[in-house]
Amino acid sequence: MITLFYLAGAIAVISTAAVIVQTNIVHALLYLILSLLAVAVVFYVLGAPFAAALEAIVYAGAILVLFLFVIMMLNLGQHTRDQERSWLSARMFVAPGIMSALLLGQFLNVMSQIDQDMTITRVGVMEVSALLFGPYVLAVELASILLLAGLVSAYHLAKK
Amino acid sequence: MTLEVGSGLTIGLILGTVIVVAAMLIWVERRLLSFWQERLGPNRVGPFGLLQVVADMIKIFTKEDWVPPFADRFSFVLAPAIIMTVILLSFAVIPFGPNVGVVESNIGVLFILAMASLGAYSVMLGGLSSDNKYALLGSLRAAAQMVSYEVFMGISLLGVVALSGSFNLRTIVEAQEGMWFFIPQFIGFVIFLIAGVAESHRLPFDIPEAEQEICAGYHTEYSGMKFGMFFVGEYLGLVLVSSLITVLFFGGWMGPSFLPPIVWFALKSGVFIAFFILLRAAIPRPRYDQLMSYGWLFLLPLSLINLLVTGAIILST
Amino acid sequence: MFKLVKDTLISQVVTLWGVFKKIFVKADTVEYPDQQPYMFPRWRGRIILSRDPDGEERCVACNLCAVACPVDCIALQKGEMEDGRWYPEFFRINFSRCIMCGFCEEACPTNAIQLTPDFEMAEYVRQDMVWEKEDLLIDGCGKYHDYNFYRVAGKQIAGKDKGEALNEAKPVDVRSLMP
Repeated sequence: MITLFYLAGAIAVISTAAVIVQTNIVHALLYLILSLLAVAVVFYVLGAPFAAALEAIVYAGAILVLFLFVIMMLNLGQHTRDQERSWLSARMFVAPGIMSALLLGQFLNVMSQIDQDMTITRVGVMEVSALLFGPYVLAVELASILLLAGLVSAYHLAKK
Repeated sequence: MTLEVGSGLTIGLILGTVIVVAAMLIWVERRLLSFWQERLGPNRVGPFGLLQVVADMIKIFTKEDWVPPFADRFSFVLAPAIIMTVILLSFAVIPFGPNVGVVESNIGVLFILAMASLGAYSVMLGGLSSDNKYALLGSLRAAAQMVSYEVFMGISLLGVVALSGSFNLRTIVEAQEGMWFFIPQFIGFVIFLIAGVAESHRLPFDIPEAEQEICAGYHTEYSGMKFGMFFVGEYLGLVLVSSLITVLFFGGWMGPSFLPPIVWFALKSGVFIAFFILLRAAIPRPRYDQLMSYGWLFLLPLSLINLLVTGAIILST
Repeated sequence: MFKLVKDTLISQVVTLWGVFKKIFVKADTVEYPDQQPYMFPRWRGRIILSRDPDGEERCVACNLCAVACPVDCIALQKGEMEDGRWYPEFFRINFSRCIMCGFCEEACPTNAIQLTPDFEMAEYVRQDMVWEKEDLLIDGCGKYHDYNFYRVAGKQIAGKDKGEALNEAKPVDVRSLMP
């Protein structure tokens, strides 16, 4: 199980890196989808099947479909690819590289201080719902009000 | 050797049966359609034209598998593989009988929804990578249609999930021991039926591949086996939606005991497959804006009200 | 609301039931190679060249059919026998062009060219679609059994002088003063 975790994590990291360096934007999006699916597998392995399924449905299945939808509308061709390639010079990577290296060092430092025995507790749908509608019910209600507002305005826009 | 969930024999049998059934549907659909249109349909090759499937397969396997030089080759080849993979994976969580199935999953319903939403990529990438007007139009339509109808599909299922208290499809079937869910969840059933047709872009909702308007939509540039995978993928989707309706609303494998459970399952799914073919024969295709406004302005509120009423009734009893 | 339900649901269900009932209706299909359809006598199909009741070719190579043909699929060459009869030296119809319009039959003054109810003319080689006179000519009169052009026309041939045809008066002797 833990090898599956490392495998999925490696895929997620590599494909995310590929999203950055890829010049063809459709291929970059494909890598992003792959990265999200790998994260979903990571969630599943770590004992959160509900979060894994939602990751696949909401992020990979809905949001990125809309990304791809917009890209189809934009009619990108060879010139955007050339533009992208001209931006991706080695000099561009220096500052973000230094900053993410600092962040990685900090992260590793924090990780080394917590206990190593990682016990996986499986969190099912029931447990998630009990938490959502128990202690966090206020946040859920706020989010639902936001969604309702979105729904009403979408209805209004569609009615026009 | 007895069948059990997850054994190699079961998996092989399910995979083989599903693919053979999907291939046979090509013949079944043509035959049934022609009966409803007062024709005879393909009846020349073999008894009742049964070998027409074989002839079609020989044809499609030996056709030239052509990738247009202007296409984005990577996405172009990937697209038909996605739809086959995604739909075959969806069959993994479906309980075909009391002890027949591939995996036991506690998130079965969510898994199927996730796979259905990933299926949209096949259509979109196919259309986008073809670099063709018709294909692009088809995939634009498909993207909007599939994302929209996924919403109602998910919400219409929640009533069933609330009644049975589980995302596990096997538990859902077992919860229908007393009463099949299409009686308390009739509105959910109707919405799921409509959304299922739209998800598998079958007629009357085949707007992404409407032949009369945009050639063949997203698979305009495809030929040979890649086209065949789209084609069989559509029929696999039909089988998937039919068996899902059976599992979720019509008690899965349950039925009087003079027939084995798996036969009951096949019979019920077969009825729905025939019903989908009847839909194709009878109902004309709506316009694109009609489809979208019908979904968002009618089906979405209806499914939300259905969920609300279901929740209220469950709470009050 | 009621109208919406009626339009979206009830009318669809009515349609579905109406189409479903058709499964009990006998199919209209004629299973063609096993079951030959009845072809009407005036069906415009394969073109033939007929002979007159005496067994001579009816065609007099007047070229009217070739002129009338909208797709120019008829080609022929005039020849003349010793007795004065005209006949086509070759007569060629390119059936890969022919549209079976029947204008040639309308144009023919001698009822030689006729269209028959035969339509099974598919070939594997395109060149085989070009039919020569030997292929076109039949040993019968076709649709008109007793019509013989030279017996009713004023054309002079060996054994039939001017004025000897059916229903034909003797030629007027312009040098005579008699009425």
